[in-house]
Amino acid sequence: MTALTVPARPVEDTGPRPVLWRRMAWVTWRQHRTALAGVAALLGALAVGLWLIGLRLHHAYAAAAACHPAASAICYDMFSSFNTMDGFLATGVILQILPALIGAFAGAPVLAREMETGTFRYVWTQGFGRWRWALAKLVLLAVALPAAVGLFTLLTSWYYEPYFAAGNPTPQTPFSPGLFGLRGPAFAAWTLAAFAIGALAGMLTRRVVPAIAATLAAYAGLAVATGLYLRQHYLTPLLTSNPNLPGSAWVISQQWQTKSGQPVSQSVLGQVLQGAPQLAGKGGVPNSPNVTQYLIQHGYTQWTSYQPGSRFWPFQWIESGWLLALSVLLIAATVWLVRRRAA
Amino acid sequence: MNIIETSGLGKRYGRTWALRECSLAVPAGHVAALVGPNGAGKTTLLNLAVGLAAPTAGAVTVLGGRPPGSPAALDGVAFVAQDTPLYKNLPAADMLHLTRNLNRRFDQRYAETRLGELGIPLNRKAGRLSGGQQAQLALTLALARRPRLLVLDEPVAMLDPVARHDFMATVLMAAADDGVSVLLSSHVLAELERVADYLILLSRGRVQVAGEVDDLLASHRVLTGPAAEAGRYAEWPVVHVRRAEAQAHLLVRAAADDPVPPGWEAHPVGLEELALAYLREPGAAALPGPARGQALPLETGEPSQVTR
Repeated sequence: MTALTVPARPVEDTGPRPVLWRRMAWVTWRQHRTALAGVAALLGALAVGLWLIGLRLHHAYAAAAACHPAASAICYDMFSSFNTMDGFLATGVILQILPALIGAFAGAPVLAREMETGTFRYVWTQGFGRWRWALAKLVLLAVALPAAVGLFTLLTSWYYEPYFAAGNPTPQTPFSPGLFGLRGPAFAAWTLAAFAIGALAGMLTRRVVPAIAATLAAYAGLAVATGLYLRQHYLTPLLTSNPNLPGSAWVISQQWQTKSGQPVSQSVLGQVLQGAPQLAGKGGVPNSPNVTQYLIQHGYTQWTSYQPGSRFWPFQWIESGWLLALSVLLIAATVWLVRRRAA
Repeated sequence: MNIIETSGLGKRYGRTWALRECSLAVPAGHVAALVGPNGAGKTTLLNLAVGLAAPTAGAVTVLGGRPPGSPAALDGVAFVAQDTPLYKNLPAADMLHLTRNLNRRFDQRYAETRLGELGIPLNRKAGRLSGGQQAQLALTLALARRPRLLVLDEPVAMLDPVARHDFMATVLMAAADDGVSVLLSSHVLAELERVADYLILLSRGRVQVAGEVDDLLASHRVLTGPAAEAGRYAEWPVVHVRRAEAQAHLLVRAAADDPVPPGWEAHPVGLEELALAYLREPGAAALPGPARGQALPLETGEPSQVTR
């Protein structure tokens, strides 16, 4: 008897398959090791430089802090020489560029180069599948790059410590626009956001150079908008009429009021100061301590809304949190674009 | 099983239809050639078949009903795109490693053996290989995945004749030994005779001819006769008229045993000649099913002897 045999189909599982992270880790590493090594070298060189300069800075600070008596002219000179050290680093602007560079030169080419050279037609037709490939690659890089910057943050946090130390007679506010993003988790979060912006820009422009330019522009816009408009609203500012705020406070706005609570304009204040020729003659700067004292003696109240220095860490976590959420959204959008893009 | 099947398939880029109302069914086990002028929609059809593009209209399936881009289709379909894109900065060995990591099946031994036979050094970067070697490397990567369908977009367009011959020999060996179905697009009509046993002719985004090469050759004849009578010839559907001095050569749809009118000579047609004739007559079509031309009674009455 002959039975009609139907050849068995090869077993195929058609269900969803897991992303094979170990395999994709090799693929990602092999393709981006030059960029990763470049980032590591840049961070390493900066770290050595920052450490050497930082040792000098910390030494100068320690000497000034140990000076006795603190009110003496010698001690004053020591602090002022500490405060004028390494001015180019003190503003933090140079290090602020770091996340932008990483996003532009490590993030933007990830997809843009595949689109520009046509290799997406090779890699998207492999068994792994294109959106799983994009997801795995972007997530791995989005972990590795901010992690490297996170390590680097340990050094920047140490470097800038003396500026905020309790013993410093003229401490800076930890919210100063150049330095806030360099300490704590915000530095790594900004790097992540820059990378995510770069990946999306690469997928949108499909060309490496325009993607780099778009990444730098978008990052700069986001960073400036955050520093100027957004950061001060993370928590409701405190309000005080005490004119002697600690140096760590971030003053958002100040306003003079009459006893009855009416706001006073600058021109009215100017008229009041006419009664004190010795102050008005100096230009009548309304914030100089003498002017402030004079106006308070004449029944006016200065209301200051400010963010206290103790809010540094909550602000760090709030900023890192929304940057993380933004990055997740951007990466998800990028993966979605890869998935739906018609060649 | 149909290795690729389309019904009413269309793809529009902006306002232009790159492919329209494409209905095809290529059975497994063929080397199918996709032929057509530039802009006919060949690359579009291949991109749809491998899941790089999504259809605007209609549907396409591969491997007997799998949607392109689905896990099963990605596993079973290997694609070598036009100009064989490779990571130029990676050595051949790393391209193998990469492809192995991106697929569930990868025959490392096959790949290494073949590259050895071809004299492609494993440590040489892909960008520093010759054009022929890059194409062979891309083909090796595709075949080492042990696909059931191999899709090649203009694989030999950039190659010199020797490299072209070697490349197609590899494709044919895979088709013969491993039963891989092949769908390839090509400009090079001369290659087709040797390679393809299934022809798909695209023109202006529509399918003009589709069928097994043997069937197409058996159902077409070249009739040679006096040029003056060529215009009056209406015996069988005339695909194309080629005039040479006093004589005219007519490609007609007719079987070998169909009668030939007096004064005319019938010859079998070659694949290249057949494809060229259709390419020159975008209005003509030869599709399976009811579209096939019917033999009509002779006007003059008497069928004459077929002269060979």
